[in-house]
Amino acid sequence: MEPCIPAYAPVASLPGAREGDRAIAHVDMNAFYASVEQHLHPELRGVAMAVAGDPKNRHGIILAKSREAKACGVSTGEAIWEARQKCPDLVVVPPNYPLYLRYSKLSRKLYYRYTSQVEPFGLDECWLDLTGSLAFLGDDPETIARDISERVKDELGLTVSVGLSWNKVFAKLGSDVDEGDGVRVVTRENYRAWVWPRPAGDLLYVGPATKRKLATMGILTIGALARAKDELIRERFGVVGGWLQSFARGEDASPVKELRPGTWDVEREVKGVGNGLTAPHDLVGEREVKALVYLLSESVAQRLREGHWRARTVSVGVRDKNLKGYSRQVALPLPTCLTSRVAGAAWALLRASEPLDELHPIRALHVRATNLVDAREPFQDDLFGANERERALERLEAAQDALRARFGNQCVRRLSELSDEQMAPLDIKRDNIIHPVGYFGG
Amino acid sequence: MRRVKGIAGRKKRYVAVTAEFSEDGQLQPRAITWDDGRRFEIDEVRACRRAASLKTGGDGLRYTVRIGRNVTHLFFEDPRWFVEEKVRE
Repeated sequence: MEPCIPAYAPVASLPGAREGDRAIAHVDMNAFYASVEQHLHPELRGVAMAVAGDPKNRHGIILAKSREAKACGVSTGEAIWEARQKCPDLVVVPPNYPLYLRYSKLSRKLYYRYTSQVEPFGLDECWLDLTGSLAFLGDDPETIARDISERVKDELGLTVSVGLSWNKVFAKLGSDVDEGDGVRVVTRENYRAWVWPRPAGDLLYVGPATKRKLATMGILTIGALARAKDELIRERFGVVGGWLQSFARGEDASPVKELRPGTWDVEREVKGVGNGLTAPHDLVGEREVKALVYLLSESVAQRLREGHWRARTVSVGVRDKNLKGYSRQVALPLPTCLTSRVAGAAWALLRASEPLDELHPIRALHVRATNLVDAREPFQDDLFGANERERALERLEAAQDALRARFGNQCVRRLSELSDEQMAPLDIKRDNIIHPVGYFGG
Repeated sequence: MRRVKGIAGRKKRYVAVTAEFSEDGQLQPRAITWDDGRRFEIDEVRACRRAASLKTGGDGLRYTVRIGRNVTHLFFEDPRWFVEEKVRE
């Protein structure tokens, strides 16, 4: 049978587009947390302000800052006291994650009016593939991008910058560089002049380490990376080098994944479930560390059960007071979604690799469950093991989950989680924030 | 922002609203009750769409309503309603 080809063709695409080129927009909400706060509190508009974590819990770093604060030199990720040195009048407000999630969802709902292909990248960024929508929207991509920008401003009171290109990487670059509420179009005609002179670090997935490594090879710009010999880059960076070069050349053909609202909100194909926390005080001794391991594992396992997964691998990450860290992982004998098993494995890993004494206080911990399998699929049970006991524990934890769904996560707790006064009130699962997925993930 | 004589600015004011759900699920405000007990019947809903209030902050479903001769905006922030109250000079 002949394949069914739609009767319409895109009415207009980007200037200089080749046949089959897509029109991809990357929409980035400017200073998202700070903008939401300024939108809801008009008295904060036009003021140097920042959203920052609670210094009492040692989360006192700048998460987002207003344009005015940025002009004073305040940067994201620095401590509040550092920011105050640069900008003594800085107004600092605490973060309100449920609110940011709400605006993130509202913005995505708005994008769905333009296309069904909306791929979120964190809370405040999305790729939109407009190619299939051009015919019925009846406009050129740039006009549509401006329309999106105006609608977000009109309906949500927030500003966005939009990058438009034929591939996802250049679209993101366009929105990253344009800090206002404008639209930056990167076409096949202008990318050599606009993208290539930019520093290599601007490219997606070129972090500080890769940037340093590239610099040692004399590659300082995206253009230099694009023009470098393939073999040279491959030799130094392996497969990733090939990807980075294809990004720099505008050859990235990865699709904008369609979001199925029925599944997880941000992450579609979940590779792992993890929770981490910088403790309110340095953790000294077994009891304090164990409390945090169980708090984190409780959230991880509960999220596993909600997603109907079992994990085969558990890993822990440790960071000491000098911010030095490492991680260790262990394969489990049987896939599990039980808190006791996840926490048991994490605790065993920690005891094996950390002295847990007063000379080695721990600042932050991370527990992660990976290598997931669908909990509804059959798996090879332990032939001689205590299967009945596992099933009984699963039923027990399912009953706890049902109670938590009705009365909050704090209603059933383990004694070990309550041993630290400052950490006991934390509700890690409720406050869990899903960060951007890996570009290659899923 | 445009200055209006006698008005120093606007502030967000949550109000009690009497509303009606129609058979097809549409939500229509019928009256606004001010905190001093005064009740203002809404004579006409002229428009309804999602919008942000740039004057007072906040956003939601914005109803453009006529109360007597005055046309004003009423926002449904879900679950609360607010108006952009005039602050006199």
